[in-house]
Amino acid sequence: MTAMEPPAVDLREPAGWRRSKNQIATTLMVLAFVIVLIPLGFVLFTVIAKGASAISWAFLTGGPIPPNVVPAGIGGMGPAVYGTLVITGLAAVMAVPLGVLGAIYINEYGGRGPLARVVRFMADVMTGVPSIVMGLFIFSIWVLHFGYSGLAGAFALACLMLPVVIRSSEEMLKLVPDPLREASYALGATKSRVTLTVVLPAAIGGIVSGALLAIARAAGETAPLLFTILTVTATNANVFSGANTALSTQIFANATQPFLGAQSRAWGSALTLIAIAFILMIVARIVTARFTRYSR
Amino acid sequence: MDQSEQNVAAPAQLPKLAALQDAQPQDADSTPTGSPIFDAMGVSIYYGSFRAVTDVSLAIYENEITAFIGPSGCGKTTVLRTLNRLNDLIPEARVEGDVHYRGASLYGTGVSPIAVRRRIGMVFQKPNPFPKSVYDNVAYGPRINGIRNKAKLDEIVERSLRQAALWDEVKNRLNKSGLGLSGGQAQRLCIARTLAVEPDVVLMDEPASALDPIATGKIEDLMHEIKSQYTIVIVTHNMQQATRVSDRTAFYSVLVDSENDTRTGTLVEYGPTQQIFEDPKDSRTQAYVTGRMG
Repeated sequence: MTAMEPPAVDLREPAGWRRSKNQIATTLMVLAFVIVLIPLGFVLFTVIAKGASAISWAFLTGGPIPPNVVPAGIGGMGPAVYGTLVITGLAAVMAVPLGVLGAIYINEYGGRGPLARVVRFMADVMTGVPSIVMGLFIFSIWVLHFGYSGLAGAFALACLMLPVVIRSSEEMLKLVPDPLREASYALGATKSRVTLTVVLPAAIGGIVSGALLAIARAAGETAPLLFTILTVTATNANVFSGANTALSTQIFANATQPFLGAQSRAWGSALTLIAIAFILMIVARIVTARFTRYSR
Repeated sequence: MDQSEQNVAAPAQLPKLAALQDAQPQDADSTPTGSPIFDAMGVSIYYGSFRAVTDVSLAIYENEITAFIGPSGCGKTTVLRTLNRLNDLIPEARVEGDVHYRGASLYGTGVSPIAVRRRIGMVFQKPNPFPKSVYDNVAYGPRINGIRNKAKLDEIVERSLRQAALWDEVKNRLNKSGLGLSGGQAQRLCIARTLAVEPDVVLMDEPASALDPIATGKIEDLMHEIKSQYTIVIVTHNMQQATRVSDRTAFYSVLVDSENDTRTGTLVEYGPTQQIFEDPKDSRTQAYVTGRMG
């Protein structure tokens, strides 16, 4: 028989410890990925399995929110959906412009100056403040004087969002290459022009997705709302005065009850909240793609 | 920023400037084709306590191409960026001495770097188109100068792209991203962007160092084309390029002080390109241009 002629050079990965190391590392990475997916899959599966049956148009928009003892299928979470959207929206209107402007100051104007350093440090400290402390803070400086309101809740959420928006926007601005700024300066642009027409457009995709992540995060916060909006069963259209309600606080109020109807409403609210966050993420992707269409 | 005493030049200062130029020996054996547009007088540039460039004096003439050559770290780019005050963007950079531009001090009190840069444009080593469409890249400069009229902008964009020899390649993709162009096209787009504001002077910092010979040739042809309308100062590592394009060449070198372990850039010799390459006066220039050093 004609023996196969061995090739002149062997370009395969050499056998031995190096090949084993490669296989071990690859296996570990796949394993880590699967482990990370398990809790995510469990949460999604459980929430959908237990919450999907509760969801209906009447559940999402109807009201009032029934007492805990009422069985499932009566009333709706409309007031809470409305409260979550309005309170989170108001918080975003307060925190996002302020945060983006703060980031622009830190990265473009303040540089290594003392004020920029202080702001950056304070933002880091604020990121670490527990959300319940933020709720207590707003309770003591606002609610005690002006009463419970959606606005107070929005203040608390805005305080939580602000440092996240500042730091994520700053990271995005840092990524804008200096040669772009220099090119603009070399055409005789002023600093504000450079910032508005070159730096911000180049970073806007990342800034928007960072801000939407912060908003989605805040939409699910419960603790800061407990002290600031109280709870109501009917829609409070006036976000600026009177007690209000939100999905997150309703989950808290219903899930702690032994009644089946309340638990069903809690699961339904949880699914609604996840859906809102999911929709925000999709919007973030679309907006990012739209703003960065010239960046590829 | 070290503000020198010279204010924006009064007409009375002009004779004094002329006298300064006469005192520079390297200009004695050449006939400038125009009046000096830049006159650097004893310029030293510091980054913090590091003196990057020491005592550079030279005159750059209108409608000429002046090349800066020399080994890495000799301060060519630093001097170039002094000519349109781009070094201002580096917080710790500081300039001593003065540069006169058309008789006016660039570093005098009250001089706006913005106004300086509107007249003195710059093309960078690495092509840096904005992440905008080709059209918006070129229209950027005119827009920040307040031109809003669409027809006027169209005309400027076409003229600038034609000047940069890029029009035929991009005329059907003006609304596509400027980042989608090849390296040579992107660099010509950056040149078009600079020409769109109709600057007086174009500074080029190794504009062809990242390009292949064909793209380099296109950029050199374009430099010859626009020379009649603009004054060009180019930094280059490529000595053949300097001989091909430039009228005058300045050779910079690094002075090493081994006692204090400091290095600083210095201007060794400045003169007509032919003289620098064929009959250098300084032995260091000769060593460099003949390839025995650097």
